[in-house]
Amino acid sequence: MRWYWIDRFEEFVSGTRAVSVKNVSLAEEHLHGYWPGFQVMPNSLIIEGMAQTGGLLVGEKNQFSESVVLAKVSKAIFLDVVVPGDSLRYTATVADIREDGGIILGEVHRDGKLIAQINLVFACLRGELSEIEQFYPEEFICMLRGLDMYRVGVTPEGEPMVPPQFMLDAEAVMDQTS
Amino acid sequence: MPTSDEIFDSVKEILIEALACDDDEVTTGATLVGDLGAESIDFLDIVFNLEQNFSIEIPRSELFPEDILTNDEFVADGNVTEAGLAALGERMPFIDLSTFSGNPRVQDFGNLMTVGDLCKYIEGKAS
Repeated sequence: MRWYWIDRFEEFVSGTRAVSVKNVSLAEEHLHGYWPGFQVMPNSLIIEGMAQTGGLLVGEKNQFSESVVLAKVSKAIFLDVVVPGDSLRYTATVADIREDGGIILGEVHRDGKLIAQINLVFACLRGELSEIEQFYPEEFICMLRGLDMYRVGVTPEGEPMVPPQFMLDAEAVMDQTS
Repeated sequence: MPTSDEIFDSVKEILIEALACDDDEVTTGATLVGDLGAESIDFLDIVFNLEQNFSIEIPRSELFPEDILTNDEFVADGNVTEAGLAALGERMPFIDLSTFSGNPRVQDFGNLMTVGDLCKYIEGKAS
């Protein structure tokens, strides 16, 4: 199992807002062990879905030149349970992005109904921590493309978003060797 | 312009929300780091909410004078020099440096700021 808690992006406006979807399936292992006899998606994994949506939004602002990590869950309010068959829509809106991190205001909807409000703080790693490579560029670009980020993504001016050059270079090398 | 009491009430509300501390812990004399348990990432949250609440802009260097505290011109052997103390006093007039000046270890600076200092800073920005 891969640690993906969103399936794809539906909207992505660089540095501004992103909307992703997550389809909850009964085949997902976690639904069976979390609360035996009652298949419900853990709220912590709903937060993770928002963290992936918002974290990519914050990281992309600087063309993924810095490592961005979830640092704080400022607010998490859940208004309903999530069960197999549900399709979640995560909307992350940038409240603030600074040199040392960013703040995301998030909402989760199902069939147009608000089911969670999740605000998150992300930090850009500094010092020795910034040296740790979280992702290999060739794998990262593959994941971002799989999430449709560059298919739906636009700049604030409405121009198509383009992956950073270091990812394109890694992708080109991967294409040559495969 | 908000009154001092209104500023304190808003700052208190922001700190309670950001640091999950109790209402009675947030006094003017409480230090943000030592007494209320603020960590570096909390300041991003707190600064954002202060900016939103008071419609002000808070440049990082006004609350976190890292440029002074990491400058050889102002720091020697882990202590802030006289010139450094003067620079801090000029940058952060809302903080009482009198006690810190007696043993100005750089590592202790982060625990100086009190709730009252933060309110004074906001009062200066919002005026």
